[in-house]
Amino acid sequence: MAEVRLEQITKIFDRGNVGVEDITFTIPDGTFAVILGPSGCGKTTTLRIIAGLETPTTGEVFIGGDRVTHLPPKDRDVAMVFQNYALYPHMSVYDNMAFGLRMRKIPREEIHRRVLDAARILGIEELLQRKPRELSGGQRQRVALGRAIVRHPRVFLFDEPLSNLDAKMRVRMRAELARLHRQLQATSVYVTHDQVEAMTLGQMIILMNQGRIQQIAAPLELYHQPRNLFVAGFIGSPPMNFFQGEIAEEKGHLVFRGGGYILQLPKEKRNLVQTRGRMGDAVLGVRPEDISFVSPEGADLVAVVEFHETLGNEVLIYARTERGETFVARARPEQSPPDGAQVGVTFTLSRIHLFDPGTGENLTYHPQENI
Amino acid sequence: MRRRVLLHTVLHILVAAWALGPFLWAVLSSFKPSRELFDPRFHLFPETWTLIHYRTVFAGGTFLRNMINSFVVAGGTVILALAMGSLAAFVIARFTFPGRRTLTLGILTLTMFPQIAILSGLFLLLRELHLLNTHAGLVLSYLLFTLPFTVWVLLQYFRHLPRELEEAAWMDGASPWDLFWYVMLPLARPGLITTGLLSGIAAWNEFLFALTFTMDNRVRTVPVAIAFFGGASPYEIPWGSIMAASVVVTLPLILLVALFQRNIVEGLTAGAVRG
Repeated sequence: MAEVRLEQITKIFDRGNVGVEDITFTIPDGTFAVILGPSGCGKTTTLRIIAGLETPTTGEVFIGGDRVTHLPPKDRDVAMVFQNYALYPHMSVYDNMAFGLRMRKIPREEIHRRVLDAARILGIEELLQRKPRELSGGQRQRVALGRAIVRHPRVFLFDEPLSNLDAKMRVRMRAELARLHRQLQATSVYVTHDQVEAMTLGQMIILMNQGRIQQIAAPLELYHQPRNLFVAGFIGSPPMNFFQGEIAEEKGHLVFRGGGYILQLPKEKRNLVQTRGRMGDAVLGVRPEDISFVSPEGADLVAVVEFHETLGNEVLIYARTERGETFVARARPEQSPPDGAQVGVTFTLSRIHLFDPGTGENLTYHPQENI
Repeated sequence: MRRRVLLHTVLHILVAAWALGPFLWAVLSSFKPSRELFDPRFHLFPETWTLIHYRTVFAGGTFLRNMINSFVVAGGTVILALAMGSLAAFVIARFTFPGRRTLTLGILTLTMFPQIAILSGLFLLLRELHLLNTHAGLVLSYLLFTLPFTVWVLLQYFRHLPRELEEAAWMDGASPWDLFWYVMLPLARPGLITTGLLSGIAAWNEFLFALTFTMDNRVRTVPVAIAFFGGASPYEIPWGSIMAASVVVTLPLILLVALFQRNIVEGLTAGAVRG
């Protein structure tokens, strides 16, 4: 078990493309950390740098306080689970799991004990003599996990391990991974582009985009306190709604002036914006669940419902404002207005966000608020 | 539809006759007494079956000696071609180093030289190395054409193995040698069998080098030995013995191919390695 620390890691590939830039973070011992981001954001590169499969151009990697930046993978005592399992096709499940231990010259009885232990934890005891091609996707994934577990490594690395599984299996394996981590308490770094996996598994999420870290936070904090426009738009499904407008002062009050409506900012938002001293153009961010519908008479903001998606427990309502901005709201089925209806729109003002359209910075970012 | 089947059948028979006819003729001739062999009338089957030619061939033990020589030389060629070829292919396929492309193309080029063009040079080389008229000398010269072929085929194998497999081995703490021995080599098994067999057959059948680089019967291989068969008089070609010997030397090949035919097909359709 060990802490993983990256210090100012930059990776520039041979052809000059920047893989990652200035990555710095510390994953405390025993933490399940998720590196989340869209494809090509550098999350896998970061993982491979921790694994030792990639050497950073600059910066340092520390595992358990030891500088391992230039050590080969085998000397880092980390195990990795690959996206496509990467099981040795010619070896039985048992041999697949034992291989890493044999390479490390662990005594035969010890290997046997550890493989059986891992097989029991993963429920694959009956499969030990099978070849990988005789296994289903979920079983292969378990073997790949087993291959990592038997090693008792200081750090587990996961490279999108569930993305090759069907939806049902993915949910099951997700729960299993969470259970496994509770059981083993090992430092884990998990790469995914799936925010649901990140939110459910991660104790700590490192959100990346275009080779850079956008925010490091606990799942809920990431959801409620996005640091910038990218984070706000990436986390949440359906994503946060954005409205163009400006921050202005009116009768001594700070307000957000949108298309044909004015929002009085509540006190805490006002203070946050004021301390940053930013006025003028701004983007208003509102989550679908923070939008509610009222009668159109007397409402500041009026919209027309275009269509809705019924999900059973809730309805997603897609609507368009008079100025032509579209947004999506989340409502209970019985509260859903019909298609084509004209509705008044209100926002839960204590939960709105204001962003600087130039830098993307969240002007109402206040990390302590929701913890 | 019917006509197509008919056409195919006829074509198949023609191809089979073309390919197998001469061998069949050799087999049947080897059982004919000498006087039938020189009978101008056409007989497909012997009128009287005889084993006399087989007895003549094996009499005195020299032909057995030739067979052993062929086994040693072909075996040595196969072992060395596979050992060196698989290592070379592994390194070229999985590691980057300066000149990799040139080397790969160079290996392919090597296979294009006609044997006769390098014959005299090779003769001098072997003489300097004191390897003329030795098994080792023959093996060395055979590696000239078996090794590039082996490297080339195995290269395709190693190249197509997924990268994650290699990385999984690195993570598992494997050394490059472990990766080669425990992961890559077993997965290239069909390729090893195919290239091994084809190298073995090439070495077994090779004539020109064997003729040039051997001086006496202690090292002489079967194809040359058969060419040296003498009849009762200088004016007689001992067809019966030649036919019998040809049949005998073909049998091991037929046996090997029959044994490994599935692997050969697998091997020739390389790259289909999936987890």
